[in-house]
Amino acid sequence: MSESDPGRLVALVGNPNTGKSTLFNALTGLRQRVGNYPGVTVARKSGTCDCGNGQKVELVDLPGLYSLAAASPDEQVVTDALSGNIAGDRQPDAIVMVIDATNLLRNLFLASQVAELGRPMAIVLNQSDVAAKQGLRINTALLSVRLGGIPVVLASAWKGEGVADVRRAIAQALTEQTMMKRVTWPAKIATALAGVVNDARRDTGRSLSDAEAQRLLFDAGRAQSDRLGWSQAQRDQALRQARDQVRSSGYNPMAAEPLVHYAHLRTLLEGVIQEGSVRAGRTAAVDKLLLHRLIGPVLFTAIMLGLFASVFWLAKFPMQWIQSGADWAKFAVTPSMDSMPILQSLVGDGIIGGVGAFLAFLPQILILFLFVGILEDSGYMARAAFIMDRMFSWCGLNGKSFVPMLSGFACAIPGLLSTRTIEDPKARLATAFVVPFMSCSARFPIYALMCAAFIGPAYGPGWESAVMVGMHCVGLLFAVPTAFVLTRFVLKVKPQPFVLELPRYQMPKPRDVLWRMWQNAAEFVSKAGTVIFAITIIVWALSYFPRDAAVAERIRGENKSAAETVITAKTQAAYVEQSYMGRFGKAIQPVFDPLGFDWKITVGVLASFPAREVIVSTLGVTYSVGEGAKADSQHLRLAMKDAKWQEGPRTGKPIFSLAAVLSLMVFFALCSQCGPTIATLAQETGGWKWAAASFVYMTALAWIVSALLYQTVIRLS
Amino acid sequence: MTPLSQLLPGQFGKLASLNPERGVDQRLMALGLLPGMVLKLVRKAPLGDPLAIEFGGQVVSLRLAEAENLIVDVSADCPIQRPLTP
Repeated sequence: MSESDPGRLVALVGNPNTGKSTLFNALTGLRQRVGNYPGVTVARKSGTCDCGNGQKVELVDLPGLYSLAAASPDEQVVTDALSGNIAGDRQPDAIVMVIDATNLLRNLFLASQVAELGRPMAIVLNQSDVAAKQGLRINTALLSVRLGGIPVVLASAWKGEGVADVRRAIAQALTEQTMMKRVTWPAKIATALAGVVNDARRDTGRSLSDAEAQRLLFDAGRAQSDRLGWSQAQRDQALRQARDQVRSSGYNPMAAEPLVHYAHLRTLLEGVIQEGSVRAGRTAAVDKLLLHRLIGPVLFTAIMLGLFASVFWLAKFPMQWIQSGADWAKFAVTPSMDSMPILQSLVGDGIIGGVGAFLAFLPQILILFLFVGILEDSGYMARAAFIMDRMFSWCGLNGKSFVPMLSGFACAIPGLLSTRTIEDPKARLATAFVVPFMSCSARFPIYALMCAAFIGPAYGPGWESAVMVGMHCVGLLFAVPTAFVLTRFVLKVKPQPFVLELPRYQMPKPRDVLWRMWQNAAEFVSKAGTVIFAITIIVWALSYFPRDAAVAERIRGENKSAAETVITAKTQAAYVEQSYMGRFGKAIQPVFDPLGFDWKITVGVLASFPAREVIVSTLGVTYSVGEGAKADSQHLRLAMKDAKWQEGPRTGKPIFSLAAVLSLMVFFALCSQCGPTIATLAQETGGWKWAAASFVYMTALAWIVSALLYQTVIRLS
Repeated sequence: MTPLSQLLPGQFGKLASLNPERGVDQRLMALGLLPGMVLKLVRKAPLGDPLAIEFGGQVVSLRLAEAENLIVDVSADCPIQRPLTP
């Protein structure tokens, strides 16, 4: 299929945990395209599927859902996509329902709702191997007849069985336009539905489809109707009348849809399923252990520690390789540009540094998504949420917030990306907002430097470790109330009830897990990666320009007898001081004065906004001990201990007093100093609004808390 | 008639009534939990909340606060439709 030939569009629809994505991967191979539906953070996955007879169709994998009731963004997207109401997207020519063969009734509820759209359909009874193991026998021929002659095929996408039958079923649905038998609505409900259609035509001139009328009548939400251009007053009146009519037939309008569909389906399924004697006892037995009151939490802790250790330590090795690779590239490329120092610095520090900066996140992202994929596909993720929910529900989050927040202690980026596992949009947004508060590994160097240089020597190793641990808790301490206030008073998003299926345990399929891991990483590189790269270049330029050769000559003249390394270090310090960044830092130092920061720290803080870990090397440059200073640099510690205020009321006193040391560490614990986090937050929340809010909130909070801390400690000591 | 939240782990009950105006109940109805359906409280989470209930061959978790409005009849004859253990 070429891009110019749109071909036929087929949608894959089904409940969560039906193996739908596994089937999608099996049908399309790895020829997939991932995009986004306009205006929402719901991914649109599509690929090319060969129908077996040489006919190729575009297959789109819609998000898993239980009902078309448009309560969540995912459900809204599916309803819109199936009705052809998405800008730039066609209405599917056929719909393939992926159904868990072990739970026909519940899965067919969605199919029965979808049938109301009046599109050709086919049914795949997936996981038929599990059904067979349970002794369930499904008479597919009878089911097909009962459903109005649409293709019904057995498959096990996990084992790769029946995939060819699915291809044939798609072809048959397309050529024969097979429609699934629709439910017969009780007379009064049918009249009410017709009434909604008539009223809408009268008020807007538009003809609603049956499915659209049903969504309006049965759903409490209003998102659907906003697009119709139906005024709220007219719509409410029409719906009130229609719902009264439903009520007069003895049905509650909000319950009529499931009641009628399920009754219809129960009759359809009579004699279709032959129940086996073997029950699915294994999942229940495993749950007895994994959800046990005492053993459950112990195993949970062990699994999560394993996950954290992998993201935290295992990722360090590939991150070091990427760093060495970037260093190697810098040394290999830059000497050839000795005659052009600007280009040399741009390539070495800007471009190679920028690429290295976002590539360094990849190992953590890949490892976390490997784990998340295994946890999700195995069915344990739902159990983890079940165990943890109580700890999160009171502040408006839910059990699924745990994994993103835990990974935030290694790095906020993979943490933010893993908020995708949270279905509830409100909890997802709130979790994404608080993940950057977790004390990530990039905060470690500044804590280590400060504690080793000032806390340890003055108060002993006990206090040194206590402060280190305390610093890791500061973020969490502020994150929890933030989430509480955010979900309670700020976010207007409608929360979803925490109704979570605890699915059957299953062995994850390596191809699916690896493929999703790769897709997440690729999306990060292509979206957030470009922003991270741009930020690195901008900060490089700000601290490089202007670069007047006279500065270097002046330093050389002032330090004639000094060693070459000392001159180089002092030259670098002088250059930074008179760069745009240095001038800006000096200019706004008064803003940071209440926190006890001199202009050198201020420049360090400013330079750390794209990536907080550069604070140590920036302090190294501004305190003239040279580039590449590390947290354990003795020179840097001495230089900082010797640093005294040169002017103002504190002249002659040490800059790094206890108050300033604590204030600086707390500032780094709370401040939003990470360009990649901001870029990823924007990517995951579907716009810059929440990214900007996070930046302003965290930075302001950091300033206020640090200022209070500094002023308090200064007065006490 | 007992609120679902007061069932003991392992206890069965027949759903007597739910509140179709609530989002939680709408979710549960979509999953097939309709009045007259037999359900079982499988277990409570280690911290006592949420609950895991079983009905129609599936296990679903819901919060204690949300289970208070679901009224079940524990005295009804309750052969669960598809018990997990023989």
